[in-house]
Amino acid sequence: MAEMDTSSGGGHKKGPGVKKGKKLSTRVDLTPMVDLGFLLITFFVFTTTMAQSTAMPMNEPKDDLDKQMKVKNSGAMTILLGKGNQVYYYFGQLMPETISEEFKSTTFKGIRQLILDKKNGTPIDDLMYIIKSDDKSTFKNAIDILDEMVISAVPPGHYAEVPMVAVEKMLIKETEKANGIK
Amino acid sequence: MPKVKIPRKSTIVDMTAMCDVAFLLLTFFILATKQKPPEVLSVKTPTSVSSKAAPDKSILITLTKEGKVFLMLGDETKKAAIIDDFNTTRGLQLTAAQLSKFKKVEYIGLPVNKLKSALDATQEIPANLMDGIPTDSTNNELSYWMRSVTNVYKGEDQRMLQDMILVKGDGEALYPIFKNVKEALKSNEIFKFRIVTEGEQVPSGSELYKTGKEETKK
Repeated sequence: MAEMDTSSGGGHKKGPGVKKGKKLSTRVDLTPMVDLGFLLITFFVFTTTMAQSTAMPMNEPKDDLDKQMKVKNSGAMTILLGKGNQVYYYFGQLMPETISEEFKSTTFKGIRQLILDKKNGTPIDDLMYIIKSDDKSTFKNAIDILDEMVISAVPPGHYAEVPMVAVEKMLIKETEKANGIK
Repeated sequence: MPKVKIPRKSTIVDMTAMCDVAFLLLTFFILATKQKPPEVLSVKTPTSVSSKAAPDKSILITLTKEGKVFLMLGDETKKAAIIDDFNTTRGLQLTAAQLSKFKKVEYIGLPVNKLKSALDATQEIPANLMDGIPTDSTNNELSYWMRSVTNVYKGEDQRMLQDMILVKGDGEALYPIFKNVKEALKSNEIFKFRIVTEGEQVPSGSELYKTGKEETKK
């Protein structure tokens, strides 16, 4: 491509018959290089913004036995998280006679509508979601249900995590057995 | 009428300037993006609709899939003080050499009784062979660690601490471990902390989606 002019011999003039070596352009076509540059830019921009992790705020209540909240039965919905991403729920309080009817199971897909229905059908001051996690439920479940509360715009202070009681554990076990969840 | 000659202009544009810009931008982006700290513990976090970015200076509690708990003290200015405090309050009696080695450790994942031998060993224990910090209710060592943390972040710094405590867990970790971690935090009067999650789109049609839209209209 590029050629060096080697014909120059000092400073003397060339005769009329001597032809000058044609100068070749030193310009290179930079279009592919620009293409490559922008391709790399797009690659870097996309890969860096995708890996951004977010933080979810979490507020724990102070364990204070004197300040325990009383919840109205009509406004309470208890959500229980079990093994295998299963969700169980009941409204108000469990009564021995109607346990089998009251205690229902669903999944994370179904719970959103139930949360919303309860929210729309209850005066806001009475509304309370009680979340209880089984020992076999996962960290993901616990985060997902809190996220569901945010998605359904349940105001903070209207849901709380509470330890599970023995009756509920037993009920979950029985339902799991009946539904064949391992 | 005389002929008007329109000189033909070349369609080739000089690309040098554009090439310069492209590579300038490229170098800028490469240098401007912060490099992620090497992740020794592979954790797949759950998703949430939260859009707040996680702070990079943090006290990070990591729960692995196997249920092990690790602690990372990300604030380099306080790290040494926290480890010194833990050494004195727990009566570990580490030698100066052991302490200086301990302060260089990136993540803490050993129970107290194994710390000394690990610090004396010439080879570092890989993360997957560490036992994790015990968190069970009888021996919640994480709560001792958090006490040292709160001891160091006193007064002015206390407010800062609220935004710094992060819990990062694998989605498959079982709930009781998370509960133990919460207990460890609560026993030290830490009621506010944050959970590291992967960003997620707000589902369309949900309540949050509607309120979000109204806000953008305003």
